[in-house]
Amino acid sequence: MKDIPPVVEASKVDLIFQTADGPVHAISDIDLEINKGDFISLIGPSGCGKTTLLRLIADLEKPTGGMLRVNGISPEEARLNRDYGYVFQSPALYPWRTVDGNLKLPLEIMGVDKNDQEKRAREALEMVDLAGFEKKFPWQLSGGMQQRVSIARALTFHPDLLLMDEPFGALDEIVRDQLNEHFHRLWEQTQKTVVFVTHSIPEAAYLSTKIVVMSPRPGKIIEVIESTLPEKRTLDIRETKEFLELSQRIRKGLRAGHSYD
Amino acid sequence: MLESSLAAITAILAFIVFIWYGASVYLNSDVLIDKYERQKTEWNFQLLVKDSWSMGRPILPAPHQILEDLKKSLFDHKITSKRSLVYHGGITISSTLVGFVMGGVLGILLAIGIVHVPTLNKSVLPWIIASQTIPILAVAPMIIVVLGAIGLTGLLPKAFISAYLSFFPIVIGMVKGLRSPDPMHLDLMKTYNATQPQKFWKLRWPASTPYLFASFKVSIAISLVGAIVGELPAGARAGLGARLLTGSYYGQTVQIWSALIVASVIAATLVFLMSFMEKIVQKRMGALT
Repeated sequence: MKDIPPVVEASKVDLIFQTADGPVHAISDIDLEINKGDFISLIGPSGCGKTTLLRLIADLEKPTGGMLRVNGISPEEARLNRDYGYVFQSPALYPWRTVDGNLKLPLEIMGVDKNDQEKRAREALEMVDLAGFEKKFPWQLSGGMQQRVSIARALTFHPDLLLMDEPFGALDEIVRDQLNEHFHRLWEQTQKTVVFVTHSIPEAAYLSTKIVVMSPRPGKIIEVIESTLPEKRTLDIRETKEFLELSQRIRKGLRAGHSYD
Repeated sequence: MLESSLAAITAILAFIVFIWYGASVYLNSDVLIDKYERQKTEWNFQLLVKDSWSMGRPILPAPHQILEDLKKSLFDHKITSKRSLVYHGGITISSTLVGFVMGGVLGILLAIGIVHVPTLNKSVLPWIIASQTIPILAVAPMIIVVLGAIGLTGLLPKAFISAYLSFFPIVIGMVKGLRSPDPMHLDLMKTYNATQPQKFWKLRWPASTPYLFASFKVSIAISLVGAIVGELPAGARAGLGARLLTGSYYGQTVQIWSALIVASVIAATLVFLMSFMEKIVQKRMGALT
């Protein structure tokens, strides 16, 4: 039997953008392996290339060097297979579609039949605790609810890999805590592989199994920290000693990245 | 709110009517005084005012003369009669609408091409802009004559002129509209591996509707202008444009003014209908209001 390939495998990945001001080295020499069921956070200051790395995995950008595989195939093939669900920084819901219409958008595109669409949209909405909001338009929902719809939309077509780009970045702390807890439970239930971009240390520490600390100019990986926290977590865990130690390690890593400039 | 805006409109209208009556006396007085002196009539200001508001062929007719003529030519003739403004208006409206539909289809197709094909973007747009720099009054007679030579007469040549004018705002608006989707929305489509038609129908097209209606409102009004201009060259015997032309041939200024008023009422109605359709569509697309 063949071994299951890692979900994401990167070695010496490089990305240089050609801009009007000359080349910009966005990503440099990235080695990373993400396995099935991992919850990986990419953390670092602005401009460290964490979003770019996520976009590379999603084939929204192409690397200029190195080797990058998703599920053992190229990112482009993985994208064409619809192997991942992508959640953007802002909810990116279509304003002219209701919640229900937004959830069905990927299903319509992928040619899922009507009855199945109905079922999957309902399931996804229940997963994010928004049953009953089907007929609402995005503007009728709060920012937190919109972002939950956006996560539900990425779940409707059952991808095994979720790529999330600071999905809770624009929300206030109270809502953010709620969503963190909620999303952690969701991850536990579904056992999906998640790559999660954030610049919040507590968020990264609370959610992840592995934290990838990055530094800017050029964007590279400073350190990969394995979480020491148990898999079952509630928000209360943030008061424990282990959590504080983990946060400290992340902070130290981030500071080490900054001492370069 | 409504009452105050109604009051404002009434006040402005009253002011315009007041100026109009004054201007009518002022502009018609030369001709009248000339006549009084030739006929050696005793005249005073009162007589001058009375006469200048009731001339047969005034330079500027008084509002009530136009209203009288409107009443006569709208309601006193059978609507199939050549003396009925309803008949002429109907003819102009039909070529306006046919031209608007042709211009709309052409404009939307061109915009789709420009947005999707880089070569068209570079090559076609300058020509489209150049097409609108040619004065339509110069082109219209040629279009009528050339199309007449190949046997096309009546409604179609006029509709072509309407289309020629009305496709332009639609191209410009729709190019902008079809390019309006958020980059994130486009990326989302890419992550779904959506086909080009899916991207168009599920994203670009719905995102462009506000632009579409804005263009439609401009277009339908200039479609009407195009239809009237198309009726001006000799040959057109019906339509508001023909009515304007015969009016100026025979010095029937009152007739010209009534035709102008009918034209502007038609334009306002068409634009209003567009806004109404826009409201309905926006409501179905979840607009805030």
